[in-house]
Amino acid sequence: MTDSTETKEPKAVENPHVVALVELCGALESSTFRGQQRVVVPADKSLDALSLLKSRGFDLLIDVSCVDYLEYRGAKHRYGLVYLLASTAGHQRLTVRVFVDDPEPTVSSVVPLWEAANWLEREVWDLFGIRFTGHPDLRRLVMPEEFTAHPLRKDYPLQGRGERHNFPVITRDHS
Amino acid sequence: MAIAPTEIETPPEARSEDYLWTLNFGPQHPATHTTLRLVLKLEGERVVDAVPEMGYLHSGFEKLGEHLTFNQYVTVTDRMNYISPMANNVAWHHSVETLLGIDLTPRCTYIRTIVAELARISDHLLSNGAVGLDTGAFTYFLYAFYQREVIYDIFETLCGARFTNSYTRVGGVSQDFTPLVIEKTRAFLKTFPKTLNDMERLLNRNRIFVDRTKGVGLLTKEEAINRGATGPVARASGVTRDLRRDEPYLAYSDFDFQVSCASAGDCYARYLVRMQEMRESLKIVEQAIENLPSGPVDVGIDERMALPTKKQVYSTIEGTISHFELSMSNRGFEVPCEEAYAAIEAPNGELGFYLVGDGEDQAYRARCRPPSVLNFAMFPHLIRGHTLSDVVAVLGSLNIIAAELDR
Repeated sequence: MTDSTETKEPKAVENPHVVALVELCGALESSTFRGQQRVVVPADKSLDALSLLKSRGFDLLIDVSCVDYLEYRGAKHRYGLVYLLASTAGHQRLTVRVFVDDPEPTVSSVVPLWEAANWLEREVWDLFGIRFTGHPDLRRLVMPEEFTAHPLRKDYPLQGRGERHNFPVITRDHS
Repeated sequence: MAIAPTEIETPPEARSEDYLWTLNFGPQHPATHTTLRLVLKLEGERVVDAVPEMGYLHSGFEKLGEHLTFNQYVTVTDRMNYISPMANNVAWHHSVETLLGIDLTPRCTYIRTIVAELARISDHLLSNGAVGLDTGAFTYFLYAFYQREVIYDIFETLCGARFTNSYTRVGGVSQDFTPLVIEKTRAFLKTFPKTLNDMERLLNRNRIFVDRTKGVGLLTKEEAINRGATGPVARASGVTRDLRRDEPYLAYSDFDFQVSCASAGDCYARYLVRMQEMRESLKIVEQAIENLPSGPVDVGIDERMALPTKKQVYSTIEGTISHFELSMSNRGFEVPCEEAYAAIEAPNGELGFYLVGDGEDQAYRARCRPPSVLNFAMFPHLIRGHTLSDVVAVLGSLNIIAAELDR
């Protein structure tokens, strides 16, 4: 997203939703690629921005995920959250990006807006270690509770660090 | 020695919920079909609360996606929703081609549409068959599985694999349609509606089945949108969203078909929507197979995205160079340093991949948006207040595939 080639092209008609977001948050970085509109929102305003977009018709939260830009050429931030929004009536889509950084990557939870975010945010916490403030039940989703690392981070090796061998053996009496 | 009731002391730590019975449902239970776990809190036979747990089949597909090339990863997508691997193949390469900016040949879009719709039929057959099986309709299940066999046979003729097809490639497919495949598909189109009629006659007005599914697992339209439901689960609740019609991809804009919807939002409505969608899929396959465009199935040599045919490799210099470059690890595809999301209407709902490219042959990040996760997350909401025996009906009607759920 950082060294985008298509942002240099002359801009088409400005997306009205992006204009509304600019009114809320000030100047924003926005771009399109393959016809997909994307906009970057500051982390402290993400809940307000997404709440505004929900009131503007983006009623369906498709996905919450994250990208770790640790080894990405020209990246300015470490983690980029991806909120994929869609509207069930107008069939529009919008990608909202929120960038956060180490050591304490934190962002507001959007569970108050969409119940769908509950498990999606738990998964991001589990695999990337990003805390969602205001989340009702921020537990690990796919990895076991005893797990200490966040495996989709880029500094985590493909074959793991041998955590599985250190799991306590559960005997029949304790199961 | 008999103890008088007054002598039994209530333990001080007893809580008001202690009369509730906790039941572990899964991870190994025949009705969960795959490995997932529910911790149910029961009051008698009534479910007070359910806590779903997942992760038993977590195999790190997204991490693998960062280490396998775009063509290699298709084998992994087979193993996500293994009920309809063809649809996953199509979804994966649809996203890859969106990122790379490849326009497919008309023949390829038609072929992919046909296999995706056949995959939808086989998925719905299993999903509805499993609901039937779990609610006691074993015959119905066998009718469904027999027809799945026919579809497997078509896929085997097409690409050599019945189950894990790995059929698509970047810019094309691994095997073109042969006359035998077309003949078998036409035979299926002729015989399947009769079985579908039989299946509808078996269950649609079956007293036991209707009693066990009607009014069970209610999902309102507002809740469906709020909880991110897509696919048949959302359409059974009155959300008329279908990517095939709303954001036409592949060749769907060429075909005449209806989006199947219902407004009841219960297990029975989800069953009916799936039954109707199979008929619509048949209509799409029929139109596609009769109007299958001729011409090449893969994108041309100039695009340097799909491997050229053996004839081109051995008889033209462009073919040799293209084959050589695509096989070399430091050449391969031209991937933009960009990000793109593309989704298809998979049998279970919106299946999309968010891909980040960094110029390499493999994705920098390959996020899979699985419909099962959001469907499973709403399970406690659907089951609260129903009886224990309704758990299997609701679970079956959501069609949760644990391999896709856990990735």
